[in-house]
Amino acid sequence: MTTSYPHHKYTLVLIMFFMGSMVWAKTWTVCETCEHSSIKQTIQEANAHDTLLIQKGTYREFEILVDKPLVIKGIDYPIVDGEKKGEIFRITSDKVTLDGLFIINVGVSYTKDNAAIRVVQSKNFSIQNMVLEQLFFGIYLEKSSHGKVYHNRIIGDAVDEYNSGNGIQLWYSSDVEVRKNHVQGTRDGIYLEFSDRITITDNVSMDNLRYGLHFMFSNNDIYTKNTFENNGAGVAVMFSKFITMKNNTFRKNWGTAAYGMLLKEINDAEISDNTFEENTIGINIEGSNRIKYINNDFVGNGWAIRVVGACYTNSFKGNNFLYNSFDISYNSKLNDNVFEGNFWSSYTGYDLDKDGVGDVPYRPVKLFSYVVNRTPETIVLLRSLFMDIIDFSERVSPVFTPDNLKDAHPLMKIRP
Amino acid sequence: MPLRPLQQQEVMLKILKYSFYDLIRSRWSYIYFLFYLALGFVLLFLNNDVSKAVITLMNVIIVLIPLIGTIFGVMYYYNSREFTELLLAQPVKRSSIFMGQYFGVAGSLTLSLVLGLGIPFLLYGLMRSNAIFDFSLLLVTGAFLTLIFVGLSFVIAISNENKIKGFGYAVLLWLFLAVVYDGLFLMSLIMFEEYPLDTFSLVATALNPIDLSRILILLKLDISALLGYTGAIFKKFFGTDLGFLVSLAILLIWTVLPILGLRYKARRKDF
Repeated sequence: MTTSYPHHKYTLVLIMFFMGSMVWAKTWTVCETCEHSSIKQTIQEANAHDTLLIQKGTYREFEILVDKPLVIKGIDYPIVDGEKKGEIFRITSDKVTLDGLFIINVGVSYTKDNAAIRVVQSKNFSIQNMVLEQLFFGIYLEKSSHGKVYHNRIIGDAVDEYNSGNGIQLWYSSDVEVRKNHVQGTRDGIYLEFSDRITITDNVSMDNLRYGLHFMFSNNDIYTKNTFENNGAGVAVMFSKFITMKNNTFRKNWGTAAYGMLLKEINDAEISDNTFEENTIGINIEGSNRIKYINNDFVGNGWAIRVVGACYTNSFKGNNFLYNSFDISYNSKLNDNVFEGNFWSSYTGYDLDKDGVGDVPYRPVKLFSYVVNRTPETIVLLRSLFMDIIDFSERVSPVFTPDNLKDAHPLMKIRP
Repeated sequence: MPLRPLQQQEVMLKILKYSFYDLIRSRWSYIYFLFYLALGFVLLFLNNDVSKAVITLMNVIIVLIPLIGTIFGVMYYYNSREFTELLLAQPVKRSSIFMGQYFGVAGSLTLSLVLGLGIPFLLYGLMRSNAIFDFSLLLVTGAFLTLIFVGLSFVIAISNENKIKGFGYAVLLWLFLAVVYDGLFLMSLIMFEEYPLDTFSLVATALNPIDLSRILILLKLDISALLGYTGAIFKKFFGTDLGFLVSLAILLIWTVLPILGLRYKARRKDF
């Protein structure tokens, strides 16, 4: 028994130490009439692991540097007004939490990407329940990881691409969770560059000038249950590998150069259970290989899927294609992609053995879409009788469209 | 004794009334009317969405209305030849006779169209839907196409004594404007794809009443974004009030030209 005493002593000391550190963590209250009326100064005075409670009021401050682990929490959404002078929060320490602030007036600059909140080389940060308005860049994560961007509301008023910034931007960051945010009226709603293992869930990104979500050189990311609506150019996923996209909704991206989703140089991705509704182009695919498109719904798009070139070993299974002007558009005679067991609303075949699968194959590529790819001006003949006639003859005996591009087992009933 | 101008007008109206009632009582008018009625009801029953029904109707209208207008016009002219010859023996101006017949046929066809499509749409709450403008545009272009193609077929019929020839030419005319024209249009677009084709496609569209109607309706629907860059140019032209008026004016010219041709032919023809 006596031999174990020293061990117990150490434990006690350790417990004392931790309790001590907890006691030392102080809570600072900041309000307009208090002793501490400036967020910036209070941060300087505070020690690591302290908590700052910002009371309701307006704080005209910018370039607030958070260089120690702190919890900065707003009570009843205090306003932090940057007065268009520059960046507002800059976080350079690990373990910082920002919660419940209303940040307005980020300075617009043509040389610096001023953000409402910039996180630089930090880990375990958490940015939540923030409201950002009249901003340039919103939340900018730079070389940071293992953080959380949760339940923020970012509302921009971007008019021109050249003098507006992105809502949430991740640059060289990894293992970040972006959840339940609402981004609208910025340049790109959510922008990822060189960022791996990011999960993007339950966000709404709408009315943005350019893309609702924009991926560049970012691998192993997952995005699920997001809604992208009425963005200037929809969603762009470029130069990335191993991306999973599930249960997202892409709606109403209408315009002469708008896409539900633009895929460029994407390999080994999985796109399943998404809804593409009323987009000029549902998915535009370019140089993308080994992608699985499973159980997606394409409803009322101009082009459901437009394959521009160099796409190999993709498979399209169990998708619903409903009332699109063009189901699939192809620009080459070569096809290495598989279409199998999809439902096509314009399928006119029959099912004699009643097994739910059509007995004649469906050819989703119309000759007209092939012609339009070659000479875009010919689109003025959309819905003319002449086009219907040549589409019909092409369907009966394909000459211009790839012969093996067909769904040999089209579904008779819509997949529920 | 020649009749005074006022009396001439009365005569024309009387002939119009006669032709109109003759057609209204005829079986074909009812079939035409019932066809549109059924089409309207079926479309609305099937998808219950007025805007979608307008798109489908557009496809039907730009093909069928010209065809039926052409065939009806030729048929009516040849069938009523004896009656026309009887009228010609009376002291009546020739143009009154033919104008009366023309407006009688075109009027009854237009009435069938407007009533046949209007009734189901009214019943299904057109007033509550914002598709009202698209729909009225559909009816207006439909009416114009009827007037144009009945006029063209009358000119063809009056120029050809031979019924078979007359029918042949009329159907050929329809085939040309509905199908062949677009084929030539497409071929020239592809052949000259290196050149800027905006003005060309604008003019080529405006010159054919069927294409013009199609584009006018397409631009009112939200699928117009599909037209891309070319569509933007079209929208810039036809989408404005001026462009809309210009296209209506072109349709009007297309209507007036066959009528003038008919008057000219009627005055010269030796019966």
